[in-house]
Amino acid sequence: MLQIFKMAFRDLGRNRRRTFFSALAVAIGLALLMLMASVINGEMGNAIQSSILLQSGHIQVRSFSFDENKSSLKWEDLVANPDEIAAKVAAFPQVKAATPRLFASGFLSTGDESTGVKIYGIDPNSVANDPYRMGLLSGNFLTADDREGLLIGKPAADKLHLQVGDTVGLSVNTSNGDVQEQVFTVRGIYSTNTYAFDVSTILMPLAKAQAITQTENHASTIFILLKNETDTDSVVAALQGLNLDILTWRDMNQLIVEFETMANSYIAFFYLIILAITASVIVNTLIMSVYERTREIGILSAVGMRGSRILGLFLAESAFLAVGGVILGVILGWGGVQLFNINGFYIGNMGLSGFLVGDTIRAQLMLDDIVNLSVMTFIVTLLAGLYPAVTASRLEPVAALRAEK
Amino acid sequence: MEVVKVENITRVYQIGKVETRALQGVSLTIENGEFTALVGPSGSGKTTLLQMIGCLDQPSTGRVVISGQDVTRLNRNQRADMRRGHIGFIFQFFALIPTLTAYENVEMPLLLNGHTPKERRERVMELLKAVDLADRANNRPDQLSGGQQQRVAIARALAPKPALILADEPTANLDTANGQQVMEIMKKLNQETGVTFVFATHDPRVISYAARVVTLKDGVIEKDSASEAK
Ligand SMILES: Nc1ncnc2c1ncn2[C@@H]1O[C@H](COP(=O)(O)OP(=O)(O)OP(=O)(O)O)[C@@H](O)[C@H]1O
Ligand SMILES: [Mg+2]
Repeated sequence: MLQIFKMAFRDLGRNRRRTFFSALAVAIGLALLMLMASVINGEMGNAIQSSILLQSGHIQVRSFSFDENKSSLKWEDLVANPDEIAAKVAAFPQVKAATPRLFASGFLSTGDESTGVKIYGIDPNSVANDPYRMGLLSGNFLTADDREGLLIGKPAADKLHLQVGDTVGLSVNTSNGDVQEQVFTVRGIYSTNTYAFDVSTILMPLAKAQAITQTENHASTIFILLKNETDTDSVVAALQGLNLDILTWRDMNQLIVEFETMANSYIAFFYLIILAITASVIVNTLIMSVYERTREIGILSAVGMRGSRILGLFLAESAFLAVGGVILGVILGWGGVQLFNINGFYIGNMGLSGFLVGDTIRAQLMLDDIVNLSVMTFIVTLLAGLYPAVTASRLEPVAALRAEK
Repeated sequence: MEVVKVENITRVYQIGKVETRALQGVSLTIENGEFTALVGPSGSGKTTLLQMIGCLDQPSTGRVVISGQDVTRLNRNQRADMRRGHIGFIFQFFALIPTLTAYENVEMPLLLNGHTPKERRERVMELLKAVDLADRANNRPDQLSGGQQQRVAIARALAPKPALILADEPTANLDTANGQQVMEIMKKLNQETGVTFVFATHDPRVISYAARVVTLKDGVIEKDSASEAK
C-alpha cells in the first residue's frame, strides 16, 4: 500500500509542469467557488439586513386595509393614535424601538427638473431612525417641530442639483385626494449607501407629514425594531390584541427571500459548470498519463499486480492532485476574497429596483463554505480520476506490453 | 517434475474479418530446471507461446498446465496471482518501472507477495549481488545502461523464487558483450538455483547457451532437440 503511494507520488513528479497545472486547475476551480459563495453570502446578508433597517423593520403594525403599493392616505387605511400604540409596544422588553411612520407620495421640483418621491414622515427622536441620522452627509438632521425642512438622499440631490439650504417645491397627495404644494428647505443630505432607497425617499418630521397630508394623528405603520431577531414570534403573539395587521420581516421581505432561493439555484448551476471544467481537466491529465504509461501498466500486470492495485495507483495519483489542488485552492480563494474586499465591488445603482441592495458588495467567507466546497472539489477530482483509473486497471497485459511506451 | 505442460494449444487472433492462426496445435513439456531456447522465424509464434505459458493470455483451444495447475481458464485476477507467485518475466525492452530505483524494482514482486521488510532487504541485496549490481541499488533505470537494466529485470524476475522464468528476446537490444553477460548470468542462476528458463531468440550465439532448442514454424513445433536426442 505504501509502495502504491510512493509510486503515485513519484509519477506525479515525472511531469511536474503537467501536475502543477492540473492541481492549479483544481485550485482555481475551488477558489472561484469560494469567491462566488462568499460574494453571495455578503450580498444576501446585506440585502436582508439593510431591508430590515431601512424599510421593513422586524415587525410592522398596520391597518388591515393598508396597501403598501398604493400608499393610500384614507383614514381607514391608517393606524389611529399611533404615538400611543408605539409607546405601548416600546415598553416590551424585547423591543429596541417602536416608532410611527407615515408614507406619502409626491413630486419634488426645482426650476426645471422634477422627480417622483416617497415621503417618509418620521419621528426624528426615535433610535429606529438612526440609519438616516448616521447617514447624514451634510447639513443637520430633522427636528420634530420643523415645519418646512426635509432631508433628501444624495442621488436625488445630485439629480436635482440641490444643496443644503436650497429650497425646493414639494407637491403631496393628501388624504382626501387633492394635492398640496409647499416650498421646503433642504436641511440635510443623507445616504444609506442603498441607491434604490436614497434616490426616491425624502424624510420629514411626522407631525409635518401628517399636517400636509391631512392625516392628523394617523400613521401608515408602527415600525418596530427588536433587540434580537429571534424574538419576532413572541412579540407578534403579544401584539395580537391590537386588532391591527401584524407583519414580520419575513412576510415583508418575501421578495428577497425568494430571490435568495432563486439565486441559490443559479449558483448551483455555476458550481456545476466550474466543477465540470475542473473535472474535465483532471480526466484529461490522467488519461494522458495512462496512455503514456500503457507499457508500464503492462509490466506491473506481468509482475502480477492485480487490476485493483493498478486502480489504486491511479486513484492515489488523483487523490494527491486533489489534496494539492484543494490546499492551493483554499489559499487562492482566501486571498481572492481579501483582494476583493480591499475595495469591495461597487455596483452603484445597479441594484434591482424595489430592492434594497447596498451599493458595494463585500465578500464574506464562511468556514462552512470552505469546508463544504473543499470536500466537494476533492470528491469531484477523485471521481474524475475514476474513469482513467478504471481504464488502466482493465488493460489486457498482452496489449499493454505491446504498446510503444 | 514438469513445470510447463502445453497440450495441443491454438491461438487465433481475429482482427476484423482477418484471422491469424498464431499457434496451430502446439504441445510441449518442459521439466523443472531446463534451459530451453524457443527459436523460429519472425511471426512463427514464439511470443504468442510464451504469453500462453506465462498466463498473460489464454489459448483459443487446448490446455496449459503450470507447476501442476491448470491455468487455461483462470480469470484475470487468478492469472495475475499465478504470475506473481510462479512466473518471472524478462522482456526485450528493459521493462523496469522508471520511477523506482533498481532496489525498488526488484523489491516490487516481494512487496506484492507480502514479504516482511527484513526478508525483502536480504533477498533484494542477494539478487543484486548475483547480477553484479549491488553498487547500483539506488540508481533509477535512466541512470543504468541497457545491460544493467536487463540484469535488474532478471533479478526482479527471480525475486519471488518462481519456478519458471520466461524471457522474450532478452538480448535483442544489447550489444554482443552485454548480451553474453546476460546469458552467462541466466545460465549461472539456472545452474545454481535450478529455476527453469524458457527464452525466445533469433540470436545464434544465444541459442548456443541452450540445453534444449525448440523450433517453431508457422505456429507449430517443427523441431525439438530434446525429442531428437531420445
Ligand atoms: N495481438 C495480435 N493480434 C493479431 N495478430 C497477432 C497478435 N499478436 C501476434 N499476432 C500474429 O501472430 C503471429 C505470431 O506472432 P508472434 O509475435 O508470436 O511471433 P514471433 O515468433 O514472436 O515473431 P518475432 O520473432 O517477430 O517476435 C504473427 O503472424 C503475428 O502477426
Ligand atoms: Mg516475438
